[in-house]
Amino acid sequence: MSELRLETRALSRHFGALVAVNGIDFKLAAGARHALIGPNGAGKTTFINLLTGLLPATHGQVLLGGKDITAKAQAARVKLGIARTFQINRLFRGLSVLENVYISVAERMGAASSMFYPAGKRSDVIEEAMYLLGVLKLADVAQRRVSELPYGRQRLVELAIAMGLRPEVLLLDEPAAGVPSAESHIILDAIERLPEQISVLIIEHDMDVVFRFAKRVTVMVSGAVFAEGTLKEIEANPQVRAVYLGQADGGQRHG
Amino acid sequence: MSDAASSAARDAFAARLEHPAARALIRRHRLRWWEVLPWAAAIVFYLAFPDYLGFGTELLITILFALSLDLALGYAGIVTLGQAAFFGTGAYTVGLLAFHGIWTEPISGLLVAALAAAVVGLLSGLVLLRTSGLTLLMLTICTMALLEQAANMAHDYTGGFDGLPSLPIAPVFRVFEFNPLYPNTQYLYSLGVVLVCFLFLRTLVYSPFGQSLTGIRENLLRMHAVGSPVRRRLVICYTISAAIAGVAGGLWAQTNAYVNLSVLGLDRAATVLIVLILGGYGRLYGAFIGAVVYLALEHFLARIYPTAWQLGLGVFLVLIALFARNGILGLGERLWRGYRARRAKP
Repeated sequence: MSELRLETRALSRHFGALVAVNGIDFKLAAGARHALIGPNGAGKTTFINLLTGLLPATHGQVLLGGKDITAKAQAARVKLGIARTFQINRLFRGLSVLENVYISVAERMGAASSMFYPAGKRSDVIEEAMYLLGVLKLADVAQRRVSELPYGRQRLVELAIAMGLRPEVLLLDEPAAGVPSAESHIILDAIERLPEQISVLIIEHDMDVVFRFAKRVTVMVSGAVFAEGTLKEIEANPQVRAVYLGQADGGQRHG
Repeated sequence: MSDAASSAARDAFAARLEHPAARALIRRHRLRWWEVLPWAAAIVFYLAFPDYLGFGTELLITILFALSLDLALGYAGIVTLGQAAFFGTGAYTVGLLAFHGIWTEPISGLLVAALAAAVVGLLSGLVLLRTSGLTLLMLTICTMALLEQAANMAHDYTGGFDGLPSLPIAPVFRVFEFNPLYPNTQYLYSLGVVLVCFLFLRTLVYSPFGQSLTGIRENLLRMHAVGSPVRRRLVICYTISAAIAGVAGGLWAQTNAYVNLSVLGLDRAATVLIVLILGGYGRLYGAFIGAVVYLALEHFLARIYPTAWQLGLGVFLVLIALFARNGILGLGERLWRGYRARRAKP
């Protein structure tokens, strides 16, 4: 197995009496294409929130490149290379597409606290933002307000903002959620073209996406790891088929 | 990398900056021709209405105060109804120093007022900005009420309810005296101060910092997720906003030559909020339009119907809230865009 990028040890999160995430040991390899699947309420999004530091863990550890980052706040983890997208769009809706990505790139480059020169003077930030928009095929709408875009392309902006942080680890929370199936291919194409060295963890309900994209799969049920393995192993696992894949055929999506 | 490859990379770099969206962002901060208009209008007002310069001074100070609120509320989305706390801090700083004969030089007086208000903004901001929404709103009102009560109770220094009358303010540049009957100096001095503060704010809102403030306003959760030190940014913004409000308050005390509790009241805080909403927030010039419209309405409605002029203002505000959510400027922008779109079609 290749080098380890992100790891959790006995990671747990309680909400009062509810144990949303229960002692998860998880390993994300460098350059991984790893899918996290599981029925509704399995704790997948909570798990991602623990990885990014949006929620503090109740127990356990998160390690990035072997270093314990459990105590680090969200902003510090971003600086260390963990970026995410949200299941529901979290965009700067009133701003243009370019400004959305500018904010993220400026933050990474340390330009965002500068007060005494215009934002337009940072041509390095603008250039990189435009480059990302080009890669994600958003350049034609760069000047448009995000809220005016169709939902599928808004999802791409979500991805562009995360890519602006130049992450080592990218956590995608149902990147195609809510996108009409006619448009979903643009998201999947974009995900397939992500740079190889980025370790990607993707939460996904749509098994077609998982089969197309993932090399390894972790199945979560009721806050715990139910099964883990390569795509083939998971596909062949009768228990997984029983609890999850069978349901997914019914076209359920949501988490 | 070979020369050919690096020159190709350079070309690609340049091409991306030539994209219309990139060019728009690069040029966003440039002065546009119409931005001269408010200042030209202010000069014309000075020449055309020498009898109304007291009114004009009040107008300029209201604009500055509304600009300070626009930074916090319009750009960073900090919901506050306590902006008068800083206006009052600035006013009382100037008032106390002048009344007790410690400091009467006006320009440095404003700097001290800004500093005092900034300190209040920083200290209260460190606590307040841990909250949001209605809690934040209530806490901003509480801060202001605390200061108002403090000013009331420190009667020996502040004159309590009666305030501090007849402040001795030294001439501007040691030459131009403040004459209460002919407020020419007050007007031009205020105009200069507003211009300087405006240029500072304009630089700020077009900077990367200003862009990150709009990010905080538009989506807090996402701002955290891109690794932004959100709380620090908000506290810095709130402190600067407080300092500008402090300058406005100091200016008010200097040009009126008195201070009283009204500078710290909820009335003043609510008025400046109405001014900003009327004009349109998050666009700087809304403060200008809002202040002009509000004070003009107040002036004329009070003449027509002295006892219930606020009724007219209320009706006007309801209309704005219903039909022009982004204020008068927002409405104007929408109409202008509609006009351009219709012209572009055939």
